[in-house]
Amino acid sequence: MRYIPHTKDDIERMLRVIGASTVDDLFASIPEELRFEGSLDLPSPISELELLAHLHELGASNQPQSHASGTLVFAGAGCHPHAIPSAVSTLAGRSEFCTAYTPYQPELSQGTLLSIFEFQTMVCELLGMEVANASMYDGASATAEAILMAQRLTGRSRVVAAASLHPEYAQTCTTYLSGLGGDPTASPRSAPQGREDRDPLVQVGWDSSGALDTQGLGRAIDDRTAAVVVQSPNFLGIIEDLDPVCRAAHAAGALVVSACTEPLALALARAPGDAGVDIAVGEGIGLAGPPNLGGPGVGLFAARGKKAVRAMPGRIVGQTLDAEGRQGFVLTLSTREQHIRREKATSNICTNHGLIALRFTIHLALLGQSGFRRLAQLNLSKAAFAAELLCGMDGFEPAFSGPFFNELAIRVPDGDADAVVARAAVRGVVPGVALGRFHPGLKDILLVSINETHRREDIQRLAKSFKSMG
Amino acid sequence: MEFPKDLRYTKDHEWARLRDGVVTVGVTAFAVEQLGDITLVDLPEVDSQAQAGEAFGTIESVKSVSDLFAPVDGKVTAVNDQLEDRPELVNESPYGDGWLVTIEVDGSDLESLLDAAAYTELVAQEQ
Repeated sequence: MRYIPHTKDDIERMLRVIGASTVDDLFASIPEELRFEGSLDLPSPISELELLAHLHELGASNQPQSHASGTLVFAGAGCHPHAIPSAVSTLAGRSEFCTAYTPYQPELSQGTLLSIFEFQTMVCELLGMEVANASMYDGASATAEAILMAQRLTGRSRVVAAASLHPEYAQTCTTYLSGLGGDPTASPRSAPQGREDRDPLVQVGWDSSGALDTQGLGRAIDDRTAAVVVQSPNFLGIIEDLDPVCRAAHAAGALVVSACTEPLALALARAPGDAGVDIAVGEGIGLAGPPNLGGPGVGLFAARGKKAVRAMPGRIVGQTLDAEGRQGFVLTLSTREQHIRREKATSNICTNHGLIALRFTIHLALLGQSGFRRLAQLNLSKAAFAAELLCGMDGFEPAFSGPFFNELAIRVPDGDADAVVARAAVRGVVPGVALGRFHPGLKDILLVSINETHRREDIQRLAKSFKSMG
Repeated sequence: MEFPKDLRYTKDHEWARLRDGVVTVGVTAFAVEQLGDITLVDLPEVDSQAQAGEAFGTIESVKSVSDLFAPVDGKVTAVNDQLEDRPELVNESPYGDGWLVTIEVDGSDLESLLDAAAYTELVAQEQ
């Protein structure tokens, strides 16, 4: 359903029906002293020509990977772009999808609701789960909401998180846990006194393989633990074995939340649900569109079981029959949400990142299951080629021994990954992300991300860029 | 609408029946009519403590969620498990098979609750 703004006539007619004389009358309950008078401090309007020139200038400060400009980008660290077929933008760019504002009314939006249902189905298949929601804003907030959900379900508040969870995801989770008060099941009628924080995340480090230290995990989990949060492939690029993590958590009555910043890995790696994960989340932007400077993203969110479904945040689309017995789609289980349950809602999210979720869905539909697997295999083999080439160079070696998918952590000589990044920049290459700014102990590690857009000669140029000019 | 004369009522539209020191609690036909088709009833654990006037669970229909308030203090001795798979029992038989919980009371009675006549008047005023 296309969004078409109201005309002045439309507005006047509506005002007459409700008995108001101006739109300002509708805001009468806001005290005079709180209303803004005067004009906003904005520059005057400019013409379309001037605007385009201005936007092009701003855009020129980006340096995306481009075979035209010769810039190569091997940066990942939670953001893993892929080639997006043109058909995705053509279809998702239709005005019915692109301009619609929260198009969930079943009378008018069956096409949109059907596409969300398809999205939910794909997310379940990818993550090995029973129910998925219509999407969250991004992987980071999805992880935070999963923790809150686990706290509600267990009645506990302690959270144990892998140190190899993306640092910005961990930061987001800490923010979500602040000011909520200690008891996740307290009735809001007895509102928390003061703005106390829930316990901060208890971190468990990694071993030499780069995977979660399972012994450390065992020591950290206790009968107050609501959730164990783990990422796979983790922030260091290593694929985790989630089965023992789930066994350890479940033995203590805790739930497992797994996050995935590169869903393409799930074409080949064991689905989190199959390993026993209770709530699986992820970031889907890499398969939906360009990185967009880090946002908007699309959060994947899935779980299993009747109790979990009732505790899930976000919109959920369900399949049903209309009064004449025809198949149709509607939003369902709306009583979880804040417009009905108000302060006791599962979350304050009341929308989804629909357009990005749609692009994700179209792309996966175009790939199909076998195409998705082939794309993953292409990434895997290119990354293996890159690992051999880069780690064959003097002084460069894999930082960890564990299995990786399309991102690898490389230990650089002279302990200074920032210097490698600076050298490569001179040659028009962003060789990866130097991890020193996330963890001081990782100053010697460069995280290199490979994908199907990197040709053999591009990876060879990457290797050359590690060395100084001349 | 007529309300069973052998029951007592709360202003939040629960009914209570006392027998041998145990109070059975449910919601009235008026509550059910206001809520519509019941889709979920969230009940407390057996052996948990109920407090008069405090919420002990929630009842959901397609478009709303309401708290359920305990009419008396006491220990929850039973919950109606049938409602998990068949919440519609509350609509079909609010005073019978649609009962919610039983609470063991310590010698207290239901005199402080509304009788059928008082409840009928409360409902008339709300409409």
